[in-house]
Amino acid sequence: MHELSICGSIADIVTRRAAGRAVKVINVRVGQLRQVVPDTLVYCWELVSADTPLAGSRISIEAVPARIRCRSCDQVTDVGAIPVFACGGCGGFDAEVVSGEEFLITSLELAGEVASS
Amino acid sequence: MGRFHRHDDGTVHAHDAGHEQEHAGDRAHAAGDHSGYATGGERVEVLERIFAENDKTAAANRAEFAAAGVRVVNLMSSPGAGKTTLLGETLARLAGQVRVGIIEGDIETSLDADRLAGFGAEVALINTGNGFGGECHLDAPMVRSALPRLPLGDLDLVLIENVGNLVCPAEFDVGEDARAMVYAITEGEEKPLKYPVMFRSCRLVVVNKVDLLPYLGFDMDGFLGNLRKVNPVAEVMLVSARTGEGVDAWCDWLRAVAVSPRPGGLPSRGAWPA
Repeated sequence: MHELSICGSIADIVTRRAAGRAVKVINVRVGQLRQVVPDTLVYCWELVSADTPLAGSRISIEAVPARIRCRSCDQVTDVGAIPVFACGGCGGFDAEVVSGEEFLITSLELAGEVASS
Repeated sequence: MGRFHRHDDGTVHAHDAGHEQEHAGDRAHAAGDHSGYATGGERVEVLERIFAENDKTAAANRAEFAAAGVRVVNLMSSPGAGKTTLLGETLARLAGQVRVGIIEGDIETSLDADRLAGFGAEVALINTGNGFGGECHLDAPMVRSALPRLPLGDLDLVLIENVGNLVCPAEFDVGEDARAMVYAITEGEEKPLKYPVMFRSCRLVVVNKVDLLPYLGFDMDGFLGNLRKVNPVAEVMLVSARTGEGVDAWCDWLRAVAVSPRPGGLPSRGAWPA
């Protein structure tokens, strides 16, 4: 749903970091709690990058599961597909999210030749 | 075939299907040395947060609100949960006590802004239509664009009525002090589990349309149990914007927000105002 505007932000970052070089792959790390639908992001990227110097590049997504660490017993628990933010050890709810909120461009893979446009 | 490369820790693998699982939780990945192992072109490390630009603008908004001494609540819900009706009731009760400004997100129309215009509050409308059918959320730059249309220095409280949507608005910090949700019992008990990010990000959940409880078979305990699974610390208020039940408690919360010290840190989570 908001993948379209996210692709706009991605295009800004990639354009700046590529500095005119042709990009083949944009590696994106997405946490489970980021509510980004991978297929939608990939599709929206085709729309947003079309007719730009980034046309033909694709987004590759590295998914990161959500995990919490209990502040009482220190156990790390997977949040799971049906999310429950309770400790798998003691059942406590006082926990911090240790992974799953990532959303960043990790790297670009360049085509090895200068973009023509 | 995948693209083989080697990490600092000596592992070599292909970038292809299955890559996601390999890297789950691999914090060292970002610092890996890829030189000499790429089969195609060069690899450029980026490590930039995709929301960085939005968050920079959100920080600027937050600074501007702080300088003006105004508190800001980002109000979110599904379409039809009753945000605008509740806001109308709210403005009527706070008139003459709390100086309220409204930032109104609406995909195409001024219908909600028109409904609120009669209550004496300053209303700045943001139409989010952009040629792609409209944005599904407000982001920090959109809110920033509305600020010149509000007399911030003359206000105590700004209420941002976000676009009706349980997914996207949760992702965008707009510079608010607190987030609150309006949740209608017509939406069912399971929604906290389906939209955990939204429910987790709110300090307060206003459970609206409780006048319909006798007719719906809504399992309030089940709903509250689901809410606690994803957000154990959210405050909950039972409200009917239509009958006025509970609206005073919500207005008291807003009054407390308007006069309380700024919470600091992220706008989400935890009890506030103190």
